[in-house]
Amino acid sequence: MRVNFTVNGRPQEADDVWEGESLLYVLRERLGLPGSKNACEQGECGSCTVRLDGVPVCSCLVAAGQVEGREVVTVEGLADFAKQRAEHGGCATGACGTDGKAGTSLQDAQLGVPPGGAWGRAAKGQDSQTGEGTELSPIQQAFIDAGAVQCGFCTPGLLVAADEMLEQNPNPTDADIREALSGNLCRCTGYEKIMDAVRLAAARQGEAV
Amino acid sequence: MPTNGAPTKITQGSQTKGGIGESTLRPDGTLKVTGEFAYSSDMWHEDMLWGQILRATVAHAEIVSIDTSEALAMAGVYAVMTYDDLPTDVKNYGLEIQDTPVLAHGKVRHHGEPVAIVAADHPETARRAAAKIKVEYRDLPVITDEASATAPDAILVHEGRDDHHSGHVPHPNIVHRQPIFRGDAAEAAERADVIVKGEYTFGMQDQAFLGPESGLAVPDEDGGVHLYIATQWLHSDLKQIAPVLGLPESKVRMTLSGVGGAFGGREDLSMQIHACLLALRTGKPVKIVYNRFESFFGHVHRHPAKLHYEHGATKDGKLTHVKCRIVLDGGAYASASPAVVGNAASLSIGPYVVEDVDIEALALYTNNPPCGAMRGFGAVQACFAYEAQMDKVAKQLGMDPIKFRQLNAMEQGTIMPTGQPVDSPAPVAELLRRVKAMPLPPERQWESSEGADVRQLPGGLSNTTHGEGVVRGVGYAVGIKNVGFSEGFDDYSTAKVRMEVVGGEPVATVHTAMAEVGQGGVTVHAQIARTELGVAQVTIHPADTQVGSAGSTSASRQTYVTGGAVKNSCELVREKVLEIGRRKFGSYHPAWATAELLLEGGKVVTDGGEVLADLVDVLEGEAVEVEAEWRHRPTEAFDLRTGQGFGHVQYSFAAHRAVVEVDTELGLVKVIELACAQDVGKALNPLSVIGQIQGGTTQGLGVAVMEEIIVDPKTAKVRNPSFTDYLIPTILDTPTIPVDVLELADDHAPYGLRGIGEAPTLSSTPAVLAAIRNATGLELNRTPVRPEHLTGTA
Repeated sequence: MRVNFTVNGRPQEADDVWEGESLLYVLRERLGLPGSKNACEQGECGSCTVRLDGVPVCSCLVAAGQVEGREVVTVEGLADFAKQRAEHGGCATGACGTDGKAGTSLQDAQLGVPPGGAWGRAAKGQDSQTGEGTELSPIQQAFIDAGAVQCGFCTPGLLVAADEMLEQNPNPTDADIREALSGNLCRCTGYEKIMDAVRLAAARQGEAV
Repeated sequence: MPTNGAPTKITQGSQTKGGIGESTLRPDGTLKVTGEFAYSSDMWHEDMLWGQILRATVAHAEIVSIDTSEALAMAGVYAVMTYDDLPTDVKNYGLEIQDTPVLAHGKVRHHGEPVAIVAADHPETARRAAAKIKVEYRDLPVITDEASATAPDAILVHEGRDDHHSGHVPHPNIVHRQPIFRGDAAEAAERADVIVKGEYTFGMQDQAFLGPESGLAVPDEDGGVHLYIATQWLHSDLKQIAPVLGLPESKVRMTLSGVGGAFGGREDLSMQIHACLLALRTGKPVKIVYNRFESFFGHVHRHPAKLHYEHGATKDGKLTHVKCRIVLDGGAYASASPAVVGNAASLSIGPYVVEDVDIEALALYTNNPPCGAMRGFGAVQACFAYEAQMDKVAKQLGMDPIKFRQLNAMEQGTIMPTGQPVDSPAPVAELLRRVKAMPLPPERQWESSEGADVRQLPGGLSNTTHGEGVVRGVGYAVGIKNVGFSEGFDDYSTAKVRMEVVGGEPVATVHTAMAEVGQGGVTVHAQIARTELGVAQVTIHPADTQVGSAGSTSASRQTYVTGGAVKNSCELVREKVLEIGRRKFGSYHPAWATAELLLEGGKVVTDGGEVLADLVDVLEGEAVEVEAEWRHRPTEAFDLRTGQGFGHVQYSFAAHRAVVEVDTELGLVKVIELACAQDVGKALNPLSVIGQIQGGTTQGLGVAVMEEIIVDPKTAKVRNPSFTDYLIPTILDTPTIPVDVLELADDHAPYGLRGIGEAPTLSSTPAVLAAIRNATGLELNRTPVRPEHLTGTA
């Protein structure tokens, strides 16, 4: 079958998709977006977390056909997504809207995006070996700065989940962070540096407002 | 020139930023947060096929027949291979003993053993084709424990053994056995005022790295193959792969792909040979990616163990003797079992002074899943048991468990049971003091003005208690782990370092075959190069087999050994750079000939800080490159009868304090805090050091309260191969982990550093167990602890 959907603001068309293929498989193997990770492929680890119409989901549990006509944000688009959100709302968190609901804020953020436009990767001055010079979202930068990345396999899913949490709850308590990220397994860090990173991103967002 | 463990001089450049001792950030960090870092499962090649492995559905059986015809007839299938299709006489592989068939021959010895492989144009086609292969089995009795393995009429898991351990083991179903005798334990026991005996069980733990086994094999035009792979040791893989393919090692090119964690589970081969076989057979690139279910069958696990201990002490609290017997279940193939036995035996009494010991450790061949390397490597199981014993002895003596440990703690100069003196700092008593001195978390943190925050209570969001039936406990433990490969292994690393001017700047390139598995070795290599060569820009070359071996990313050894090799090669490069400088500029300043010269901040300076030249001018038109091996001090084998021998390179120590809250009615445990104090010798990157300690601590927590592969004792089949049924700690299960880092230099090691990755995994588990015992008063002689063990319904 053919599936048409939007990924990181760009319309995408996937052909010859089998009925059993997951959104994760289509992203990784058909669209050249392997950033969403395949740690368990059974919805337990969260490493494949993406936003589907704004909602964090395990893309391994979403049948590819279900995303027809819908909008997906992956880790590859997270920096641009966060930038758009900040620029459009004049608020880095998206929670500054009148009703504070994530869905509304997200749609607002997405309205300003020209088709196939602003979501492209910033290629200028980028070091091909280290990625230095790449524009990052606050949560991505905080993960690097706090030492929350070791092997990094859980990182993409955690970033998408943490970014969404901070969008809804810009001042989370530790218990809030743990609850929001409890669907994302990490085997390297013991989670302490991940806690640090999320606290850091929240604090930096607070300063920026 | 290889240097043999000579004390290394510390020439820390104060003028060069980003050198050792700083918390510099990972060079791969940006790629990892943008999703661009290419892990082995992300590899892609035009026209590539997908490989799939058919695995045994039974644990022990003769293979009567294999019929691949239906699979081969499927559209989209390019190849199906069985044992009969292997191209050479070399059909087995293995780390130490080559007992593992590439594909099963005649019989299968464990549930999940590879039987056949398929290549197809879609992973689902490959899976369906594999499912159409008909294998007829004739069941054999399963060997599952010591009794069934060593019974007089036991079926041999491996018939006709002729490996280097087969001659000295008491039964062919014992892979290796290591006794250690020192002093006279029987006589010493007569001096004991209290004697405590205990039997302990340690469950089978999985490494559960998140990046599944995967890789891409691309056939080369010269008949060779290029393998992009996630592993812990490229050259060890190469040595095992090439002979099976019938290729010289030069025609099997290996490049390290992104590795999504390892923890020991990538020391053995998984899909490497299978992908290469299919690529060479089809002439097309072949990618294999395990799913999580297959991953549970695709790598070895931590040995489950039965441990029998006897400790004696005088009434003033001095240990008189220890007797112990540690039986490790090695499963169907040897993997790293012999070395795990050596570790378990030599570290079996812990970081204590005991003159009289009678120790025996052994690993069995059974039909259970193969077990081998996992973080802590034999020392973990022992630590769980000896620390439980230490608490029991202290209780019998009416002594404080910390004071009792401190009274018996080893220190620099203590003689190990193997006769080897501990010749660098061993601050065991100090680590205990420090971890005890850390402030305790407040009681009833879950209470708030709006009622109980269930997220902070046992049972969490299941909302099973608001504090009723919840009791707190505190427990302590300390452990000892060896660093580096032991028992006479030639444990060297190679580093190639190049220095040249690029874009008007001096740049160093570090090229090693070290497997970066997440630990941050690449960060540290750049720091070492900056410190030694005084440059700001360091490029880390991708790891591959175009440079000499870097040894394994295991045994807490990479910063020590490959870090040592990078330091050594940098020093050799520096000498060459200074030679060039003397040639070019020596006549301008007498200091070129007389002073001790350093490279700092992009300049050649005297040890007094006087600048002699810019590196850019020295290196103009010239590049300097050195590839050299580096070795730590040699070790020797343990005597097979007495266990005596200078077997280890270095020791590493950590202590933990666990605070738990237990819902005694439901048997649910919430670990509130796991504090750790560890001596790291020298923290080359403090941020990474703390990350390693917290990560290791959490894996120890996992096997204390949740992680266990359950193997059916009747069928030897794995019951829970998924993250639904095999639980690893989530962020809600994991407490805060305050870390106190001590830096007492080991003069034998580069920069005085100590390997750190494994020690925190040892003491974490017994500390949690001790805390649960403290809370509940239960004896708890097995780990992990499950609710039924706490409620009495087991």
